[in-house]
Amino acid sequence: MADLSCNIAGIKSPNPFWLASAPPTNTGYQVANAFEAGWGGAVWKTLGQPIVNTWSRYGAMDLNGQKIVGLNNIELITDRPLEVNLKEIYEVKKRFPNNAIIVSLMVESKREAWHEIVKKAEDAGADGLELNFGCPHGMSERGMGAAVGQVPEYCQQITEWVKEVATVPVLVKLTPNVTDIRYPARAAKAAGADGVSLINTINSVIGLDIDTLAPRPTVNGWSSHGGYCGPAVKPIALNMLSQIATDPETLGLPISGIGGVSTWKDAVEFIALGATSVQVCTAVMHYGFRIIEDLCDGLSNYLDERSMTLQELQGISLERIHDWKELDLNYVVNARIDQEKCIGCGLCYTACEDGAHQAIFSERRDDGRTFVEVKPDACVGCNLCSLVCPVDGCIEMVQIPNDFESCSWEEYSSGEGVLAPRPTYER
Amino acid sequence: MTDGSGLSPSPFADYKPPMDRGAAMVEANRCLNCYDAPCIRECPTGIDIPGFIKKIASENMRGSARVILEANILGASCARVCPTEELCEGACVLHDLHEEPIQIGRLQRYATDPVVLGEKALFKPAPSNGRSVACIGAGPASLGCAAELAQLGYEVVVFEKAEQPGGLNTYGIADYKMDYATALAEIEWVKQLGVSIRCNTEVGEDVSVASLFEDFDAVFMGVGLSGVSPVGIPGEELEGSQDALDFIAELKTHPKDDVSLKGKRVAVIGGGNTAIDAVTQASRLGAEKVYMVYRRTRERMGAYAHEQELARKDGGIFVLESMPVEILGEYGRVIGLKCQKTRSDADGRLEPVPGSEFVLDVERVFRATGQAKRVGFFDTIDGLEFDARGKVIADEHGRTSVKGLWTGGDCVSGGKEVVNAVAEGKRAAMSIHQTLEGAE
Ligand SMILES: Cc1cc2nc3c(=O)[nH]c(=O)nc-3n(C[C@H](O)[C@H](O)[C@H](O)COP(=O)(O)OP(=O)(O)OC[C@H]3O[C@@H](n4cnc5c(N)ncnc54)[C@H](O)[C@@H]3O)c2cc1C
Ligand SMILES: Cc1cc2nc3c(=O)[nH]c(=O)nc-3n(C[C@H](O)[C@H](O)[C@H](O)COP(=O)(O)O)c2cc1C
Ligand code: SF4
Ligand code: SF4
Ligand code: SF4
Repeated sequence: MADLSCNIAGIKSPNPFWLASAPPTNTGYQVANAFEAGWGGAVWKTLGQPIVNTWSRYGAMDLNGQKIVGLNNIELITDRPLEVNLKEIYEVKKRFPNNAIIVSLMVESKREAWHEIVKKAEDAGADGLELNFGCPHGMSERGMGAAVGQVPEYCQQITEWVKEVATVPVLVKLTPNVTDIRYPARAAKAAGADGVSLINTINSVIGLDIDTLAPRPTVNGWSSHGGYCGPAVKPIALNMLSQIATDPETLGLPISGIGGVSTWKDAVEFIALGATSVQVCTAVMHYGFRIIEDLCDGLSNYLDERSMTLQELQGISLERIHDWKELDLNYVVNARIDQEKCIGCGLCYTACEDGAHQAIFSERRDDGRTFVEVKPDACVGCNLCSLVCPVDGCIEMVQIPNDFESCSWEEYSSGEGVLAPRPTYER
Repeated sequence: MTDGSGLSPSPFADYKPPMDRGAAMVEANRCLNCYDAPCIRECPTGIDIPGFIKKIASENMRGSARVILEANILGASCARVCPTEELCEGACVLHDLHEEPIQIGRLQRYATDPVVLGEKALFKPAPSNGRSVACIGAGPASLGCAAELAQLGYEVVVFEKAEQPGGLNTYGIADYKMDYATALAEIEWVKQLGVSIRCNTEVGEDVSVASLFEDFDAVFMGVGLSGVSPVGIPGEELEGSQDALDFIAELKTHPKDDVSLKGKRVAVIGGGNTAIDAVTQASRLGAEKVYMVYRRTRERMGAYAHEQELARKDGGIFVLESMPVEILGEYGRVIGLKCQKTRSDADGRLEPVPGSEFVLDVERVFRATGQAKRVGFFDTIDGLEFDARGKVIADEHGRTSVKGLWTGGDCVSGGKEVVNAVAEGKRAAMSIHQTLEGAE
C-alpha cells in the first residue's frame, strides 16, 4: 500500500482526501463519522454570523439515467450557532488528533471581525483556516463570499488581515466566477496565503420544472441562481487548477483541488495537475462517507502499479500543458476502423457526415449489416468518430508518418517551420 | 399490478412486466440510435424504433406513443405479444457487442400503455372523404386496415361474428402475455378513430358478402383461421377433450376459479406455439402434471426456442417422438391418452414403432395441432382463389382475385403474428386508398 500521507502548506493528514466545506461537514457528528470511515481531513462548514436557510435548496441535473451529474444549491454558510460549532470542532479534534480539521471562515469585510473569528477557530483547535471567498449566492449580496473573491484587491486585503493574527496555515478558497482565476490567486499569494483551494461553486440556474415552469430549486414558486458543482464541473476545475499551477507568479503555491471529484481517478487527475490535497462534496452527498475506501484503495493501487510515490505524481502532467501556438501541426493521425470489432451501428457515419468532415463511407451489405469505412484522404483526424463509437478500441486514431519536421503555429508564422500538406479531398 | 390506468390486468399477464420510469430511462439511454437501424427493418410494421426510444429518453411520452401508433395501431398489444426475440430485438446491434439487446418490446409498452389504456386520444378521425369500406372480421388484420383508412377519411364498418372484437388477440393469445381487458381497451381506442364495429354479426350468415360489395366501395377480408380440427383418433368426443384455443378463450373470459385445473393431469397434443401456450396456461391454472405430446424431436418443434424454455420452466413435461393413438374414457370422460413412439424411416418419414404403446394418465386432453382454414367461407365468394392448403391467394398489396376485395392476416399467411397481420392490413389499406383515388 502506497504512502498516502499528505502535507499541504504544513497541514498534515493521513491521506489527501478531505471533505469540502459543505453539508457533510456541518456537524461534529458527521466529521467524526467521516474520520472513522477513513477521511484524511475535513474543511468545516463555513463559520460566520449564522444565517437562515431556505427550505428546498438543492437542484440536480440528471443525464441519460445518471443521477446528479451536476448539483446546485442556494444554501448559505452554517446556520448553527457559532459556539456550538466551535465546541464540536474542539471535541472532534481531541478525538482525532491525526486528522486535519480546517475551519472555513467568512465574516463581514471588517478587520476586527476577521481577527476575532480567526482566534476563535484557532482556539477550537483548527489545523488550518480556509477563507471562503467563493460563495456565489446570498452571501455575495451581503458583500461577502464571491463578492470578495471577484476583486483581487479585496482578496488581498482580507487575507492580509487574517495573516496578521493567524498562527496556523491559511488557504484561500477561490471562486470560479471570474474571467481569469490567476488574478485572485496572485492576490492571495501576495498577501501571504499559504495556499489556495479551488474551485468553489459556479453560478448556475440548474433548470426548470417544465410543468410549473418554476426554476429549481423552488422556494414557494421562486428561485435564485445557485452554485454548481459535482462531476459536471470537473473540467472547469482542472483548467483553473492548471492555470494557477503553471502561472509563473504563483508557481509552487500549494493547491487543494476541488470540483467534481467522485473517484480515485479524478483525484489522480487533480494531483497530476498540481493539487496536493483533494476535497470532495457532491460525491459524498450522493453516496456517503463510505466512498473513501475506494478513493484511498484506488489511488494506492494506481501508485503501486506504477511504482510511484504520491509526491512523484503531484504536478507530473503540468509540463504537458502548453499554449495552442506551441502544438505540433505536422503530427498527423487518421481514424482506422477495426472491422472485426465494428457492430455496424453507423454512429460514426452520422457523426462524421453531419458533424465533422464527411470522411466515413457507409453501405448496407447483402447480409443486412451496415458496413462503414474511413476515407483516408478526407479524414482530418479530428477524433469525433472514435468518441461516438460505442465499442472499445474499435476506432483507433493511428499516426500517419510523414517526412516533415515538427512545426508549430509559432514556428510556421515566423517562417521557421514548414507545414505538411493538408487533405485536399473534394466532396 | 396495474398499468397506471385503473385497469388491472390479470396476474397471468406478467411475462414481460411493465417497466418503471427509472428502468425505462436507463434502458432507453442504452439505445445507440443506430444509423439505418437493423431493428426497424425487422419490425413488420416498420416502427421507427430508435426514434420512439429516444423520445422516451427525453420524456416526450406522447411523441413516443405517436411514433409507435402511427406505424402500428395495435402497438400496445404488439409490445406484449410480439416475439421480439425473433424480430426487432433479435436484430439489435448490441448482440454484436456481447450485450443484452435493447428491450424494445418493454419500452414500447412503457410508451403506449399510458396513452392506450389511459384512453387518451392521439389522432382525430379525418374529415369524411365520402367513401366507405367494409372489413370482415375484427382481428388485428382488419383493425390495422380500418385504423389506417379511418385516418384517411373513410367510413369503415367492421363485421365480427364473435361477441367482442380483436380476434385471436382478444380470445387466443395466452394470458401471460395479453389479457382480455387490455386487448379490449386498445380496441376502444381504435373505435375513437371513428371505426364502427358490429359484433355478433357473421358475414355469410347475418350479412351477405354480396351486400357488402353493393353497400361499400371496397371490402377487406381479415377472417383469420378457424378452430383446431379433430386429430382423427377415437375418443375425441369424450368430456375433457377440447380444442386448445377454446380452452384459452374460456380461461380468458371466465374467472380463473371457474376454470381451475387444480390437481388435474393434462396432455397437450402438438409442438407449436399454441401447444406451448396451452401448457403454460394449464400449469398456471394449477394442473399437477402437464404433458406436451409431440411427434418429432425437440429441434423440429415449431415453437420458438424462448417459448419452449418458458414451457419447460412452467413444469411442462415434453413427451417427444410420440403420437396419440386413442383417448381413453370411462363414463364418457377422459381417463388417459394412449400414445405410441415414433421414428423416422429411411426417407425421413415418420412411422410408429410397433409395440411401443404407452398410456399417460390424464383427465384433460387439449388439441393444438394447427388451425383449420376457412375454406367453406371462401367457397361462397365468387371467383376467390385460394391454394390447396386453404390459404387465400393475394398479391403483396393484399389484392385478391376478386375485384374490390382485399385481404391480409392469418387467412393469407396461414398463421403468423399479430404484428404481421397489422402490417398486412395497413398495406391493404394503402392499396385500397390508391385504387379508389385512382378511380376518381
Ligand atoms: C394460441 C395462439 C397464440 C398466439 N400467440 C401469439 C403471440 O404470442 N404473438 C403474436 O404476435 N401472435 C400470436 N398468435 C397469432 C395471432 O393471434 C394471429 O396471427 C393474429 O391474430 C391474426 O390476425 P387476423 O386478423 O388475421 O385473424 P384473427 O385474429 O383470427 O381474427 C379473425 C376474426 O375474424 C372473425 N371472423 C371470421 N370469419 C368471420 C365472418 N365470416 N364474419 C365475421 N367475422 C368473422 C373471427 O371471429 C375473428 O375475430 C397466436 C395465435 C394462436 C392461435
Ligand atoms: C449544498 C452545498 C453547500 C456548500 N456550502 C459551502 C460552504 O459553506 N462553504 C464553502 O466554502 N463551500 C461550500 N460549498 C462548495 C463545496 O465546498 C465545493 O467547493 C463544491 O461543491 C465543489 O466540489 P464538489 O464538486 O465535490 O461538490 C457547498 C456546496 C454545496 C453543494
Ligand atoms: S461507430 Fe464504431 S461500431 Fe458503430 S459503425 Fe462506426 S466503427 Fe462500427
Ligand atoms: S411492433 Fe413488435 S416487432 Fe415491431 S418494434 Fe414493436 S415489438 Fe418489435
Ligand atoms: S439496433 Fe438496438 S441499439 Fe440500434 S437503434 Fe435498434 S434498438 Fe437501438
